[in-house]
Amino acid sequence: MIRIEDLHKSFDGVKVLQGITLEVGKGQVLALIGRSGYGKSVLLKHVAGLMKPDRGRVLVDGHDMSSLKGRDLMGIRNRLGFLFQSGALFDSMTIFDNVAFPLREKTKHKEKEIRERVMSALEQVGLVGAEEKFPSQISGGMVKRASLARALVGEPQIMLFDEPTTGLDPLTGQTILSLIDSCHERLKFTGIIVTHEVPKIFEVVDRVAMIDEGRVLFEGSPEAILASEDPRIKSFVTGGMEWLPHDIERHSEFMEEIRRKKDIHGL
Amino acid sequence: MGRHPAAYRQVAKKLKAKGLAYSVSRIKEGGRREVNFVSKLGEVAIRTVLRMGRMGVLLAKAFAFSVTPPVKVFLVVKQIQFIGFQSISVIFLTGAFTGMVLSYQGFNTLSRFGSEAFLGPMVGLALIKEMGPVISALMVTGRAGSSVTAEIGIMRISEQIDALELMGLNPYRYLIVPNLLAAIVSVPLLTAIFDVVGIFGGYLIGVKLLGVSSGVYFGEMISYVEMKDILEGLFKSLNFGVIIAWVCCFKGYYAGYYTGFGAQGVSTATTQAVVLSSVLILVWDYFLTSTHIFF
Repeated sequence: MIRIEDLHKSFDGVKVLQGITLEVGKGQVLALIGRSGYGKSVLLKHVAGLMKPDRGRVLVDGHDMSSLKGRDLMGIRNRLGFLFQSGALFDSMTIFDNVAFPLREKTKHKEKEIRERVMSALEQVGLVGAEEKFPSQISGGMVKRASLARALVGEPQIMLFDEPTTGLDPLTGQTILSLIDSCHERLKFTGIIVTHEVPKIFEVVDRVAMIDEGRVLFEGSPEAILASEDPRIKSFVTGGMEWLPHDIERHSEFMEEIRRKKDIHGL
Repeated sequence: MGRHPAAYRQVAKKLKAKGLAYSVSRIKEGGRREVNFVSKLGEVAIRTVLRMGRMGVLLAKAFAFSVTPPVKVFLVVKQIQFIGFQSISVIFLTGAFTGMVLSYQGFNTLSRFGSEAFLGPMVGLALIKEMGPVISALMVTGRAGSSVTAEIGIMRISEQIDALELMGLNPYRYLIVPNLLAAIVSVPLLTAIFDVVGIFGGYLIGVKLLGVSSGVYFGEMISYVEMKDILEGLFKSLNFGVIIAWVCCFKGYYAGYYTGFGAQGVSTATTQAVVLSSVLILVWDYFLTSTHIFF
């Protein structure tokens, strides 16, 4: 359903994507992992048609996203949900109005029906009671959950998640992942999740792709990535951390220094 | 080949033969500087043309979406309330004082020629044809235009506009068309209020303070001010309304593209919107007046 072919993109001469080829089948969920700043979010924005590639193409249901315009593009986007890293809630609207917005603007449902659907979506993400608050009055985790409710209320067929758990405490992060999983069970959407939540994310997704220096380093099942012997994949997946072996030594030195300072100050 | 390419060495040899002792590295440096200058100039020219093109496209699309359904009527009314209704107090104040100072200065000047009787037409014509449209447009730019740029700019940098697009909705219909239509409706009405308040401000000074007869003030004004003068003023203000909405929406919509990122990008966009909009209002005012485009 989503096919990325030889995608290249550079910004001011810096090559961010250098020939990415990936495929996500209908109803499948793919996790995109990799170090920060290596183009995962950029790739996701290409899938949504928010950015145009320098070379290559992104096919969604056979339509090339970079050449679609006007109504055709709107048609694809009507079936697409996107969870932004920042939430991107409309800050002049309450949480209720934010979640109701796509229904009010894109459907002809009556207000009573919209209220029911919005409240049901808010109940699923555990935000009942906060519906009259504005985005600036709630926590980051709540913003992410409200944004998830807004993305899912229209029951999209394709869902793109840009770091849904980044910056959240482990418990809220786990809640969001469980929510994504349960929504996938219900809606059977095709999805891509950009995340650092390794290895927890492997329980939620069907396939994993690791991006390294603008290229696909690995693509396969969660079991296959866990069994991989490639040191770059291993250090990322098993450690769940972003530093490479020589950095781990520096990390131990740093921890040792902290312990020494603690001893000196009698802490 | 040595440190320098043969071409540079040849140029150096020729210059030396003419008695000009330029070193190879200086020629190379000079050439590079010239190439840099030309390429930079080209870059600036292309960027400027591209930006003007984008501005043109934005205006054309805004007009096209203004006349094709669905127009978001609620948002248009909301923006009329913001751009129009909430500007009334500042228009009242500036209108009154502009009329008063015009009357004061006008009386001083006219009295030198013994023509105080023409104070009414002078204040009326100056306000209706020039001061009213221009000053009220400048006031609306400062009060409402800047907020429009800041609001749209913040929506751009916080990905709210991207969110709208990804919902399959057209951001123009939500952000630009309501402001354009609201400005087209509000600015001429505010100008009309400015003119009326200004004329009464002039009356207060000219008649009540400086002793011009009330009948002469209004009588002469009625004789000299024609309908076409009023329509000319309103036509100008209609143009200025379009300029305000166009420039301010453009600067906000492309806040992240041209003015740097984050909060600073939005603040720069806001400043640029107010400056460009004010300058365009004055330039376009001269153009409209000098070409008699309306009459």
